[in-house]
Amino acid sequence: MTDLTSTLDQTRAGDAGFGDYVTLLKPRVMTLVVFTAFAGLMVAPGGLHPMEGFAAILFIALGGGASGALNMWWDADIDARMRRTRNRPVPAGTVRADEAMALGLALSGISVLMLGLATNWFAAGLLAFTIFFYVVVYTMWLKRWTPQNIVIGGAAGAFPPMIGWAAVTGGVAVESALMFALIFLWTPPHFWALALFMKSDYADAGVPMLNVTHGRPATRRHILAYTVMLAALAVGTGFTVIGGPVYLATAIVLNLMFLKGAVTIWRRDDAAAEADNYAVERAFFRLSLYFLFAHFGALIVDAALVRLGWGLF
Amino acid sequence: MAFGKDHELHQRRFGRNLGLGLALLAFVAVMFGLTVVKIERGGMTQGFDHVLRPEMLPREDAQ
Repeated sequence: MTDLTSTLDQTRAGDAGFGDYVTLLKPRVMTLVVFTAFAGLMVAPGGLHPMEGFAAILFIALGGGASGALNMWWDADIDARMRRTRNRPVPAGTVRADEAMALGLALSGISVLMLGLATNWFAAGLLAFTIFFYVVVYTMWLKRWTPQNIVIGGAAGAFPPMIGWAAVTGGVAVESALMFALIFLWTPPHFWALALFMKSDYADAGVPMLNVTHGRPATRRHILAYTVMLAALAVGTGFTVIGGPVYLATAIVLNLMFLKGAVTIWRRDDAAAEADNYAVERAFFRLSLYFLFAHFGALIVDAALVRLGWGLF
Repeated sequence: MAFGKDHELHQRRFGRNLGLGLALLAFVAVMFGLTVVKIERGGMTQGFDHVLRPEMLPREDAQ
């Protein structure tokens, strides 16, 4: 009995539950992928059959999940050293690294093939490029090499609305590039704010984050610079074809709040931040989460209003 | 001593099998739905059906 029980306990490693495999796909990131891809589908001129639209979002999300699994396979050593990530399935020992890789590769193939069959091969190619960019360019190459890792890696997260747009139109356009740029410019301030208050995590893992390589004052300056560019782009998008009154109002209010947070972060130093346990940086990070959902939500609302014949612009 | 049927290992494996089964069923449902839509729309079905289609003939032959 004792031998049998101990043998059973040893099988925990590499004998994961279904939830562990779901965790490998980074479900919270997938939520953002689903939402922004849906926005891309909604604002694109023309339309898909609801079933095709559903399948497109499903397989874009699956492609995003596949990238997450491949990221966890490659980064298991880093994840094990960071407080925030050490409970992920691979460093925790519930899923073997080679299993994560196999799942990631299989889902990559399925998602690209199925998106091509459901919509068009341009969108499928864009999804394949996104997976390649996130896994090879960001995870394998840039993340451990340059403090600009977040800036360039952020591009991978910015592709889903472009893929959604391409699923409908079969190509790219200025409007889809604007949605890409919105996420691209949002990513650095979002992650650098996190890096400011998760102080030792990235340093412990040896990841060259900006705050580790160039210091925290430089990180604060970079957050402000990107937030200014983001505000100009986000509000400017309100005056394009995909913008509308709801989006414009949302963009103006949220970007003023975001700018205020970035200026406060820039003007204070670590002594002040330590005094209130990084309250401003934490609030800025929380706001950044709502920021993106609100912008893309507003784009969806405006697109729905236009389709219902209630558009004002 | 009998091998406990409800060991945590079994529950975990059952959950995994159930999850995989449901995922496969969902995949089949999506494939079926897509197939119905594609056929109803007729976009890619006009291929090699051995029926003369005037729009595929050169213009002078069609007239």
